[in-house]
Amino acid sequence: MMTIATPPTGTGELAKREARLAWGLLLPTIVVVSLVIILPLLAVFWISVKPVGLSDLRPVTPIVREAVRGSGEDLRVEYRVRNSSQERPLTGVSFSDTIPEGASLLEMPEQCELNDQTLSCEFGNLEPAFSERLSIPMSYGGDPEELEDIAEATEPAIKGSGENVLTNFEFTADNFKRIFDSSQFLSVIWATTFYTVVGTIGALTVGLVAAMLLNKSFKGQGILRGLYLFPYVSPIIAVAFTWVTLLNPFSGSINALLVQMGVVTAPINFFGEQPLALVSVTVFEIWRYFPLSFLFILARMQSIDTDMYEAADMDGASPFQKFWYLSVPQLLGILSVLFLLRFIWTFNKFDDIFLLTGGNAGTRTLTVNVYEQAFAVANIGAGAAVAVVVFVVLLIFSLLFLRYVSREEGM
Amino acid sequence: MNILRQGTVISSLIGIFWVFIVAVSVAICLSFSTGLAFKPAVYGCLLLGLIAAVMCVVQKKPVVLYLAGTLLGAGLVFTPLSPLSMAADVSPMLRLLSGVLVGLATIVALQKILVEVEATFLTRHVFEEAIIRFLTGFGYVFFTAIVLIPFYVMVMTSLKSQQELLQNPLDFTIDLSQGVALFRSYFELFADFNFGSYLLTSFGVSVLTVFITLLFSVPGAYAVARLRFKGQAVFSRSILLIYMVPMIVLVLPIYIAFSMAGLRNTILGIVLVYPVTTIPVALYMLQGYFRGLPVEVEEAGLMDGLSRLKVIWKITLPLSVPALVSVSLYVFMIAWNEFLIAFMLLDDPSKFTLTRGVAMLNSSEIPRQHLMAGAVIATIPIMCLFLGLERFMTKGLTAGSVKG
Repeated sequence: MMTIATPPTGTGELAKREARLAWGLLLPTIVVVSLVIILPLLAVFWISVKPVGLSDLRPVTPIVREAVRGSGEDLRVEYRVRNSSQERPLTGVSFSDTIPEGASLLEMPEQCELNDQTLSCEFGNLEPAFSERLSIPMSYGGDPEELEDIAEATEPAIKGSGENVLTNFEFTADNFKRIFDSSQFLSVIWATTFYTVVGTIGALTVGLVAAMLLNKSFKGQGILRGLYLFPYVSPIIAVAFTWVTLLNPFSGSINALLVQMGVVTAPINFFGEQPLALVSVTVFEIWRYFPLSFLFILARMQSIDTDMYEAADMDGASPFQKFWYLSVPQLLGILSVLFLLRFIWTFNKFDDIFLLTGGNAGTRTLTVNVYEQAFAVANIGAGAAVAVVVFVVLLIFSLLFLRYVSREEGM
Repeated sequence: MNILRQGTVISSLIGIFWVFIVAVSVAICLSFSTGLAFKPAVYGCLLLGLIAAVMCVVQKKPVVLYLAGTLLGAGLVFTPLSPLSMAADVSPMLRLLSGVLVGLATIVALQKILVEVEATFLTRHVFEEAIIRFLTGFGYVFFTAIVLIPFYVMVMTSLKSQQELLQNPLDFTIDLSQGVALFRSYFELFADFNFGSYLLTSFGVSVLTVFITLLFSVPGAYAVARLRFKGQAVFSRSILLIYMVPMIVLVLPIYIAFSMAGLRNTILGIVLVYPVTTIPVALYMLQGYFRGLPVEVEEAGLMDGLSRLKVIWKITLPLSVPALVSVSLYVFMIAWNEFLIAFMLLDDPSKFTLTRGVAMLNSSEIPRQHLMAGAVIATIPIMCLFLGLERFMTKGLTAGSVKG
């Protein structure tokens, strides 16, 4: 009997083991990334359709205060029960308290009953902003002053729960309506577009120029290369505040310099005036991120074969011709990849504008608007709605990027 | 266009433009270092530019040119046709120095720019070469200025007092006779504003972030780069996608969750979030590197009976030390410079990181020089690291700067 040898089908034991190991190695990353990135992402979508304000983050709780008042005949203990929230009801509210030894309650309110020395009162549901005072007359054998201390030493225990806005099933489209309707939305979109497009192209162009300057070996080339990376390497907080100090209309050196040189007659408020502020933050963006494109482009330039240029020299090509017909086509790949990447990252940028202008004077981009809505206007829901818009736009860019880059060189 | 190709015409134009660039630069330098008023003067610049350009076209010996240019500059500043106009209170010595500087900087550069230019009709090659040299020279001056001026002002402002700054924002002279008192802003930050502890916090958080990031990303990167499993391609794509998600989108839910879990205002909360923002970058960078390592070495290890994990530990990691250093530096830089999360999650001044601490100084009640001193303190460690390990850092930046 002859067995016919066939290639194995399905996954072999070895391959399975390898795949298991791979998932094992990836598991910790997948878990933490899901917890801190995927989960919050889903949460943003959830919050964006909820009516949540900053104040709703504090849980809704019932509050009870105890006080002993009066003396002699008039001696009484008072409990003030209230709902901490102005908007949300509480359910199943009750409290209990220990009545000190030697004291006896003369009257019992309908909600309450006394068991041994424990007073417990049922309130059921509390309306928003509910507040009620229970005043119970009492008698006491000892010193009333002393009673006050004893009574107030034991805190009444209160129970009851409010609905959490974040977890209930109340949805609203108001957040989105609010951000799309407001007259500001157009100006936000304009600022975002201007900042992203001009900032990206600017940083790329300036980076290209810087790379061309340093694409030759001379003494000090290394030092200059290191120096040109400074803006990108330093903490954003340091450079942003330095620019604010430098361009300050009252005590800024640049303004003083411009006035002294006779370029302008009065100091300019670079970060405070309507159209200029947007230009200023964009210039800052170009200044801070040109090193990045510079680094990439320089690396690509230095890998271009010099033979080509020698051949061109032999053929009598002029420097501009060499740049236009030889360098530019070689750099086109890296330039387009950089463009897409920088475009996405400029679009995502928050810190820079936030630190320079705080989003004022027409510089509020979408990302700054997330913060503005959520914290300045204290409307977490609207902030999340803006975040959703940011994310959706970003997703479109990223997919474009992946489609494109998969065909491009090694990135 | 043709008239421009005439050697005398183009060299005169270049000469004039160049003198303006030099005059502006020297004026800024001198203003910033002495606090006195300097500015370029139009007619003086025109004159100096023309003379210097003509000299460079007719005379090609560098030494002769340098000497003549220096003398010319030094002479002109004492005439009404000085290329720089300056306040009357400028001492003759400083006046002479400014003239020498302008003259020398003009002639040295022009000699190089116009080295091939003759007083004839120029070939296209010579013409473009001259223009390119001129633009290159301008480029060096321009880039060096825009990078250096902010850092210079940052350091100098931190050494001044509020009144001095308001009185003359251009005066960055420092009185060295004060000795150590020069650094009073720094002493105050460390004594009254707790900056010592912020430095430590930032350092601890950054190191922990690097450590945790590597712990997660090394195995992950190895799996993506080397092991075959279903979904590998999808996975390596989604890493890129995930680290394009901006923090500002995630920070709202994180803020809410941390408020509820009591993790806001804790270092633990920060250390939980930071590594996750850097793990995808690190994973991406490392898998690229691991792919480049020769498979044969690892296979030899497997043949000799090592398990996969042992192979990673004994073969792959030792081979990847340079990449690990680059990644660590890059991650350290991200964590050290991080501002948004620290700003959102930390309110308690005893737990600030350095960036959060500097942000606190940005208030109208705290003098500017304190803010600048804080900025210097935040910048110096990362600069030292960068300058000391530039090669690794540059590698890390190039491999990882898909993130910005």
